[in-house]
Amino acid sequence: MNQDIFVAIEHLRGKVSEISFIMLAAAHALAKETGGQVVAIVLGQNAQAILSDLNADKVMYVDHPLLKDFNPEAYQKSIVGIIDEYKPRAVIFGHTTIGMDIVGGISARLGLPLVSSVRTIESGSKLISQICGGKIMAECDLPDATALITLVPGGYKPEQGQGTQSPPVTSITPQQLGGLRISLNQYIEPETGDVDISKEPLLIAVGRGIQTQDNISLAEELAQAMGGVVCASRPVVDQGWLPTSRLVGKSGSTVKPKVYLAIGISGAPEHAEAITGSDVIIAINTDPAAPIFNLAKYGTTADLFDLVPILTEQVKNIKG
Amino acid sequence: MNIIVPVKLVPDLVEELSIDSSGTALDTSWLRMIVNEFDDHAIEQAIILKEHTGAHVTIISVNAEGIDDLLFTAAAKGADRLIKLTGEVESGVNNHALARGMANIIKELKPDLILTGVQAHNDLDGSLGPQLAEYLGMPFVGYISGVKVDGEQVNVRKEYPGGLIGDMNASLPAVLGIQAAEQPPRYVAISKVRQMMKTVSIEELDLSTLDLMGGPTVNRMFQPEVTERATMLSEDADEAANQLINLFKELGTL
Repeated sequence: MNQDIFVAIEHLRGKVSEISFIMLAAAHALAKETGGQVVAIVLGQNAQAILSDLNADKVMYVDHPLLKDFNPEAYQKSIVGIIDEYKPRAVIFGHTTIGMDIVGGISARLGLPLVSSVRTIESGSKLISQICGGKIMAECDLPDATALITLVPGGYKPEQGQGTQSPPVTSITPQQLGGLRISLNQYIEPETGDVDISKEPLLIAVGRGIQTQDNISLAEELAQAMGGVVCASRPVVDQGWLPTSRLVGKSGSTVKPKVYLAIGISGAPEHAEAITGSDVIIAINTDPAAPIFNLAKYGTTADLFDLVPILTEQVKNIKG
Repeated sequence: MNIIVPVKLVPDLVEELSIDSSGTALDTSWLRMIVNEFDDHAIEQAIILKEHTGAHVTIISVNAEGIDDLLFTAAAKGADRLIKLTGEVESGVNNHALARGMANIIKELKPDLILTGVQAHNDLDGSLGPQLAEYLGMPFVGYISGVKVDGEQVNVRKEYPGGLIGDMNASLPAVLGIQAAEQPPRYVAISKVRQMMKTVSIEELDLSTLDLMGGPTVNRMFQPEVTERATMLSEDADEAANQLINLFKELGTL
């Protein structure tokens, strides 16, 4: 085993995902502890163009038609081969719809330890994970064997993982990828709703605290009075109370409004990562320990069922 | 079509969480446990498949306080068989150990499809599904919000950021990590759950000795240090409304 930190770079349709740069920043923090280099692993087809702004000491690039798009099986096989051959000190994956599909299988296949939901790496190679919807942190040592890590956003800035000069690239011979049991048929573009919430300046967001479908109207009335748009966190969309086009979070939209009014939203990491670009976050939640208050500039623990109707009434009076 | 749904209980995040005296785990004495919401979606997706194509649905979980209620509720929704895994499962179980133990048992059940929640909020060593798939030698795809069985293949909708969907196929048998069922988990009346308690039995199988290798060793757990916290407005609704109106005016949204 050497002391290098490998990063499983993620890209989607020709664009490096933001989490990749955050992973590179974390890798530099860990490499400083271990004394190794930061190595970016990129799997793709004709993807050389995306390598130039990775802040890595070197890039290992695997080119294969079956690696053009994410395929959990092909990606897993490729990375298993690389870990087996190079035996790095650690490999960092995104805690994402890509990284989380493959890291568990790699861990099971190679018998390597896995620490997930890591947010920061502290001195002494301590891994700090964020669990229980952001309410609890757990500290683990970097395991002795090649450590597999999944990284959540929030601990490092993507700019720290962006390089100014192209890193040296080594081409790696692809693994045998015949007989895959998983295939991508096509991408289905996101539903284009009536509004694009990523561009709206005033968002009235509802979460699990809204409790029932009927109560969505409370938020809608306020939004209408204020000239804003209603959006939601995952539980509300999963219940079918609002369409996917209104979803803010990991698999929905990332938003950056002037004002984000979060009503009955706890602020779990999957939601939090998509709203940090807001100018001002205001939170209404009866749980004073809700993580949303750590993101919000202003907050109140008043009950939304009391507060929101009063607020709507007052706005209507002002606007006449 | 034989569908297996592994499920587990997780702490209810609505409750206040605290750390136990060891400093390395949650204090479970007052903790309210609820079904992992993604597992609840996996149960729903299995029942939907049963309704559409006909399937035999087995729910499998490790023993824990409250697990019988979860299993009987699944039966009331339409699950055919309930299995509870007993043994050294009470403390310190990690997903690696669980996946290895469960794989041995699930293998015997000869599954065509395994549906499990894509993650649980207290996972610290990855999620269960991909590890289970590897130990069973099956393909895995996660973050799934739509499942159709088509002969020897399963067609899935995999979610990517920004609302993009990957339309993918996997050959059966396969393991899928469910993000959301095609419909929200159905409600069942308590009376129907009670009826199941009288008519359906829960099978107990021994998970035997667990091998914890691959899972993490926690040095300490703590509540996040807050560097910047919201300026708190009044907790009185009328007063808070006045403050918010002033704030909206200052921010130029009114």
